[in-house]
Amino acid sequence: MADASPASPGFAASAWRIARKDLTVEFRTRTAFFSAMVFTVLGIAIFFFAWDSTAVSSIDLAPGVLWVVFTFSGLLALQRSFSVEQTDRAMDALLVSPVSREAIYAGKAIANLLFVGAIQLIAVPAVALFYNLPMGRPLLVLLGMAWLAAVGLVAVGTLFASMAVNTRLAELLLPMLSLPFFVPLVMSASYASTKLLAGRPAAEWWPWLRILIGFDIVFLVACTLAFPFTLEE
Amino acid sequence: MAASGESHVHAIQATDLVRRFGRRQAVDRVTFALGRGDCLALFGPNGAGKTTLLRLLAGLLRPTQGEARINGFALRADHAARAQVGLLTHQSMLYPALTARENVEFTAGLYGLRAPRGAADEALALMRVHDRADVPVRALSRGLQQRVAIARAVVHRPHVLLLDEPYTGLDAAGASALTGMLRELRAAGAAMVLVTHNLAEGLALASHAAVMLAGRLMRFDDAAALDSARYAAQYVQMVMAADDAHG
Amino acid sequence: MTSVPTSAAGARPDIDAATLKRPFGLLFALAVLAVIGLYIRSIYFTPIEAVQGAAQKIYYVHVPAAISAYLAYSLVALGSVIHLWLHDARADRLAESAAEVGLVFNSVVLTSGPLWARPIWNTWWTWDARLTSTLFLWFIFAAYLVLRGAIDEPAMRARFAAVLAILGVLLIPFIHMSVYLFRTLHPMPIMLQPSAFQPNNPDPPLPPVMRTTFFIGMGAFMLLCIALVIARYRYAAIRDAAAEANS
Repeated sequence: MADASPASPGFAASAWRIARKDLTVEFRTRTAFFSAMVFTVLGIAIFFFAWDSTAVSSIDLAPGVLWVVFTFSGLLALQRSFSVEQTDRAMDALLVSPVSREAIYAGKAIANLLFVGAIQLIAVPAVALFYNLPMGRPLLVLLGMAWLAAVGLVAVGTLFASMAVNTRLAELLLPMLSLPFFVPLVMSASYASTKLLAGRPAAEWWPWLRILIGFDIVFLVACTLAFPFTLEE
Repeated sequence: MAASGESHVHAIQATDLVRRFGRRQAVDRVTFALGRGDCLALFGPNGAGKTTLLRLLAGLLRPTQGEARINGFALRADHAARAQVGLLTHQSMLYPALTARENVEFTAGLYGLRAPRGAADEALALMRVHDRADVPVRALSRGLQQRVAIARAVVHRPHVLLLDEPYTGLDAAGASALTGMLRELRAAGAAMVLVTHNLAEGLALASHAAVMLAGRLMRFDDAAALDSARYAAQYVQMVMAADDAHG
Repeated sequence: MTSVPTSAAGARPDIDAATLKRPFGLLFALAVLAVIGLYIRSIYFTPIEAVQGAAQKIYYVHVPAAISAYLAYSLVALGSVIHLWLHDARADRLAESAAEVGLVFNSVVLTSGPLWARPIWNTWWTWDARLTSTLFLWFIFAAYLVLRGAIDEPAMRARFAAVLAILGVLLIPFIHMSVYLFRTLHPMPIMLQPSAFQPNNPDPPLPPVMRTTFFIGMGAFMLLCIALVIARYRYAAIRDAAAEANS
């Protein structure tokens, strides 16, 4: 029997392997993705009927709706992120292996980002459709902002999902922990996109974009550092 | 309490290992060492701390005091050294939605194996479950899941194996595949700790035997020097005595 | 047995017989007297402000409560960092105690604020940077306490809570920045600045008698905050010792 000394896996390779595994599991079951999708479209539709679109123009309303739905569908995506590891304590296998904790976090976050990004790919055109937004450049702007905000959402949400899954009130706790953190993201993304779409000068939207990017960077770093503390000791 | 280690650095070494959960001493000053090719059969009643001891050795838990080393490495500090260890627990650590092959291949990749698919197929074949490689784990019976779990634990040919009741759920074919696989690994120099409730099976495989009670290592013997029947009787006596003391 | 161990072998250094009897000590009594003194002085011996009328006197409670809340939250952050660094349960106990006390003072700020704002600004609430940040501090620390309540295992509870507290401290500047940016880019109706101690205040500073009342208020509330944190800490120490004795 060969005494094969395995090479120590690199950070990027491990992270991507974990991300791919998460997405494969998700693809097999598909329930979370479909429910997030249905929830998103339903949410957009409900908001449409809740607002009086004759009183407020839909182009003012649409981004707000998008960001609210973005927040809650993002939470749906994050909920399943660590529950997949709970079933048969598959997380122990990850922890026993030479893979670094940071790589586990990165892998989970990447999978969540792709998941949320895919939901946005449906949500943004859906909003445009329901609210009669012009297709083309405005959509791309909105999508870009959504993906930028998704980075921050996923950075914080992945960490809190890792904590929440160990608690008694997991489904309640994840929103409670995450939503305060989503507020600066949603605010910045929303105002930046509104001003961009309205053709305002850069001095008006750039500060918002800067807060958004700053948040993403600060919390990606902070959550990567904090993640090992959320694993078993 | 040391075993016949050939090299200065022991394959598995526990030194004054303590793990507390609150005030409860799950593992209470456990010390032992095993060398290459040694197999320790670890017996003890439920709640004795055997699982906690394995998790400490695997680097999953931080010792409250003392230290655990694998081939001289402290796993909690040295992540790369974890590649030498294989762990099997009560839970399968498998993803139910993925196939048997995907599960084992994923683990092989985590350990940096250059040909993860080949290694996975080899491990599944060793545990005689290769014909079900493309079946999602949730569709497999408990016994077959256990075989896949074992394959997953050994796919990277670990130098040190920590097994928590590996024979649970296995039928005769599975048990014989496991025994054969363990013998092969030992012949290649792997050291192992085998937690089991089956004294006869454990003693047949092992080079050393130990009993754990209430977190303490009560005895540590050379298996060759033991009379199986007498050991079993003494073991039952020990467990009953401890039970009475707690009652 | 539910009693706290008092024998030399089992005694905990931060609990003694005196603590058991009075979590609320001399400091707390002094603080309560100081607060009563503050109320008497502010209501009867401090003049009514010319522009805002009697409602302005809420200021002597509102601002000291806010500073006390920030003081308490700083203790939470400090305790959290120390706990993650040194794994010391006492630091975690400090964080837990300070969080509860901080939440109470924060609630005082969030209720006294609107009560004051309504007669002065004719609105219960405005989304300005400071109010919004204070509101979000309340959200974070409410979440902190809910998180603690949802975890049974003490070590995990302490770790997770510490992570949340530290991340929460990182969040507040972003909230502040976002709302501040919102206000500079969206012109708001001109309002009176209620506090004479805000750096961008155009109003003249407080006359000496009011300033003295304000400082008495600051002293009294901070004293009360510290006394409450100490009392709450002692309670936590007793509770933890009892839990360990039972486990």
